[in-house]
Amino acid sequence: MAEALLRVRDLATHFHTEGGVARAVDGVSFEIERGEMFCLVGESGCGKSVTALSIMQLVPSPPGRIVSGSVMLAGEDLLGLPPGRMRRIRGEKIGMVFQEPMTALNPVFTIGSQITEAIRAHRDASRGGAARMAVDMLERVRIPDPSRCMGLYPHEMSGGMLQRAMIAMALVCRPVLLIADEPTTALDVTIQAGILRLLDDLRRELGMSVLLITHDLGVVAQVADVVAVMYAGQIVEYADVKTVFADPLHPYMISLLRSLPTLGTRKKKLDAIAGQVPDPRRFPEGCRFHPRCYMAAPECSRVNPELREVRTGHRAACIRLEGYWQPGSSPPVTPVTRPRERARDV
Amino acid sequence: MTAYIIRRMLYTVPLVLGVCLITFFLFEWMFTPRLRAIRMLGEKHVAEERLQEVIQAHGWDKPLFLNLKADALGVANQLDLAGLKAKALLLAANAGLQGHRVVTDTRFSQHMARLLLFRFGRSEKTNEPIGRKIVNGMVPSLTLMVPIFFAGLFVSISLALVVAYFRATYLDLGVVIVCVCFMSVSILVYIIGGQYVLARHMKLFPVYGYAPGVHSIRFLLLPVLIALLKGLGGDVRFYRTIMLEEVSRDYVRTARAKGLTERVILFKHVLKNAMIPILTRTVLHIPFLFMGSLLLERFFGIPGLGNMTIEAIESADFPVLSAMVYLGALLFALGNLATDISYTLVDPRVRLR
Amino acid sequence: MNEELVTMQARSLWAEAWHRLRRNRLAMVCLAVISVYFVLGLLDMIPVARTIGTGEARTPVEGTLVDWLFARVVGEVTKEESYVPPGEGAHVLGTDIQGLDILYKSVKGISTAVVLGLGTAAIYIPLGLLFGIVAGFFGGLVDDLIVYVYSTLACIPGILLLIALMTVMGKGTPQLCIAMGVTNWVGLCRLIRGETLKLREADYVLAARAVGAGPFRTIFLHLVPNVFHIVIIAFTLGFSGIVMSEAVLTYLGVGVEADTISWGMMISTANMELTRHPVVWWQFVSSAVALLMLVLAFNVFGDALRDALDPRLRTE
Repeated sequence: MAEALLRVRDLATHFHTEGGVARAVDGVSFEIERGEMFCLVGESGCGKSVTALSIMQLVPSPPGRIVSGSVMLAGEDLLGLPPGRMRRIRGEKIGMVFQEPMTALNPVFTIGSQITEAIRAHRDASRGGAARMAVDMLERVRIPDPSRCMGLYPHEMSGGMLQRAMIAMALVCRPVLLIADEPTTALDVTIQAGILRLLDDLRRELGMSVLLITHDLGVVAQVADVVAVMYAGQIVEYADVKTVFADPLHPYMISLLRSLPTLGTRKKKLDAIAGQVPDPRRFPEGCRFHPRCYMAAPECSRVNPELREVRTGHRAACIRLEGYWQPGSSPPVTPVTRPRERARDV
Repeated sequence: MTAYIIRRMLYTVPLVLGVCLITFFLFEWMFTPRLRAIRMLGEKHVAEERLQEVIQAHGWDKPLFLNLKADALGVANQLDLAGLKAKALLLAANAGLQGHRVVTDTRFSQHMARLLLFRFGRSEKTNEPIGRKIVNGMVPSLTLMVPIFFAGLFVSISLALVVAYFRATYLDLGVVIVCVCFMSVSILVYIIGGQYVLARHMKLFPVYGYAPGVHSIRFLLLPVLIALLKGLGGDVRFYRTIMLEEVSRDYVRTARAKGLTERVILFKHVLKNAMIPILTRTVLHIPFLFMGSLLLERFFGIPGLGNMTIEAIESADFPVLSAMVYLGALLFALGNLATDISYTLVDPRVRLR
Repeated sequence: MNEELVTMQARSLWAEAWHRLRRNRLAMVCLAVISVYFVLGLLDMIPVARTIGTGEARTPVEGTLVDWLFARVVGEVTKEESYVPPGEGAHVLGTDIQGLDILYKSVKGISTAVVLGLGTAAIYIPLGLLFGIVAGFFGGLVDDLIVYVYSTLACIPGILLLIALMTVMGKGTPQLCIAMGVTNWVGLCRLIRGETLKLREADYVLAARAVGAGPFRTIFLHLVPNVFHIVIIAFTLGFSGIVMSEAVLTYLGVGVEADTISWGMMISTANMELTRHPVVWWQFVSSAVALLMLVLAFNVFGDALRDALDPRLRTE
């Protein structure tokens, strides 16, 4: 089997704040294959953005620190690289796109100059050559009149167009991996679909992998190949997209899906998950979701489940799941056969 | 663009008028003619006739706002239209415009005309035309202030960039501490101390003096150095704050994600954005370069406008003082205008409507 | 209930700021220094009847609590030998041309500085606060007028305006307070006006007005507490400027009266003293250090206070 492009193992990033140590990412492991659209999904504060920043080593360093783990890109551990090498990988091997295009681009330079800057930082190109490459990329991201766009300033463009420009800038050196941190969150819903489609098309055209970070399950359903659900700094469910939506295992994912309103049904109240996301400085003992979990057992407050393959190709972190325990071992808690049946309604 | 400039200059007009009003209030109204005469003569007990002599000679006996003692009034009396006295006055005032003493022959109009028409008159102390004094004084002031300005700018921004590069290290902390300490020392201490230690004691520089032309350089070295030291603390701290603010912005993170070096990020991306508020603060100072520095010129014997102002203070030479205050206000208005314009040139987000 | 909520917000801002400030040890040290200065300065305003000399030569003399304390702790201050260097005799810091103890003069200078700082604040704070809130809150013509007035004043370079005012009013501490008050209110007014403009649209203000609160009630209960932190910061950061201005103005001859003891006076005479042979440096150094410590303490504490209360003000 071909080696995965990106392999993250036991990544942990902690922040030292006035109120204590916030364990934003606390033991995260996943793989992204070549050409795959990998979605990291979770609520605000679950650590998904910090995971992306940790891969790029862009975590703000006085409060934050990557404390453990490895990030293998095509067999090379990025976390062990000297800063100069890592800097060269950024922009060239891995591109990143951020949430707010309006503030993510420098307001006093033109789009064109910012893109050509990215080119000339990694490639030996003349001004003219770089400009041509930039226009070509702007055309690929479907910006109308790309040559005119080169001379525009960020404040002269709309949010959607800016995001396309930022994608162009991130991809102009043909990286093998694109990290997109909530690329559509700050945009109108009508623009969102276009950007997602663009990302998917570019992935196929350029043969690259995409790590898409979002809190929106709709986005996941639209474009993802593989999904990893994060909660409180850890991955709680991990499988391909069809499986996760058709047959969710972890109670958090089930609750999330349950809370989505469905067309055609009449409900008096929207179901939200009771409780709040825990403070990363003070996680609950045992399973971090158990205070809000509808199928929590007393043992859940003692064991913090690791991510295990519960079914073939389907990993989850819940000790109550049948399949979490090896056949023959005695689980400390009675497993639930069909987790969904325990939910109040489907 | 020109429409904008014109609009801004028009807005400056009421401000300048306001400044003239303030100087009038201070120098012509609050300070009554008697007090002025007494001050001028410099003696405690003066005979009444002497006072009146001085007052009349300087035209301080004219009324403040409305001169009803004009010959025009005499004309009106001759008309003897009791009920229509006001109308008669007006007629007479009109007639007065052709050379008679007019209703508007007041200290107020004198003062305003002097300032607004730049006919500053003569110094009360030396009787020299103030206009000429100002022109003569500008050159020494500029030779002092311009090097201070540019050297200060260059050194402060460079230091601030270095500190921003090494932020959150001990170097950063050290520089901040040093800056606060430098800022807290009084300028008098810098000047007096500097003059004593570096000039008198160590004899590195001449204590004071001035020579025209190229020879002025050796006299200017010490005052420029002292001014640099004094300004360094506050400037570096301010520029550092601005740069650190910029460094924490989103576009810096994007630039890092593109794989740019910290040096390029700082010197290209951060600096260009930081220049906007820095420019705002700096361009404002440029017109004041003409006014010189009161203390530096005084201590080091540089015959510039600052020295002139101090001499005016010591002798209560009000025409000179009001001319300087007026000039200062004009230059300030000019500085504001220049700042606004430079803003539009540097920040692409601001385009003149 | 809305009003309660608002005052609760205001209080928690102060409590939180104080909490953060307390952890900053450097700021606390500076606060201690400032307190010592202020206590000495305020004690100097308490007149105490005392006598000097013994036996037949007892003469009543006017003085303050500080004089009395000084007499107790260090020794009676009389005009003795002039220009005694520090360390000789009972004079730790030496004497000046009249023979007055320099340590004594430095301490007396504190009260001048404190009186000036507080007196000026008593003028510019009410002016700045009043006009700032009125301009920001009522807007329209009133705002235009106030902005015009302070823009005009701001046009005149500060030092020139100060000099002009002092030349007209004459030397003296109360005159200095008035002059510096008149020059300083503009800065505060601008900040308060800006903040008021922002707060005017805040939800709780709109809520109060919707409930029917009149303008004055709204202002006093809702706006003033929420702009007051600006006042405190401005006072703390402005104090050092005031004290330093006194030195410059006194040097120029338009500061305190000749018989007032102030650091500015001491520094001004230093100019001549340093040209003597042998050099008389102790008055200069003592006054410079006394001034430096107070200014430094205020600067550092003011910065820490501003960061604790409202870091946004850092670049204003």
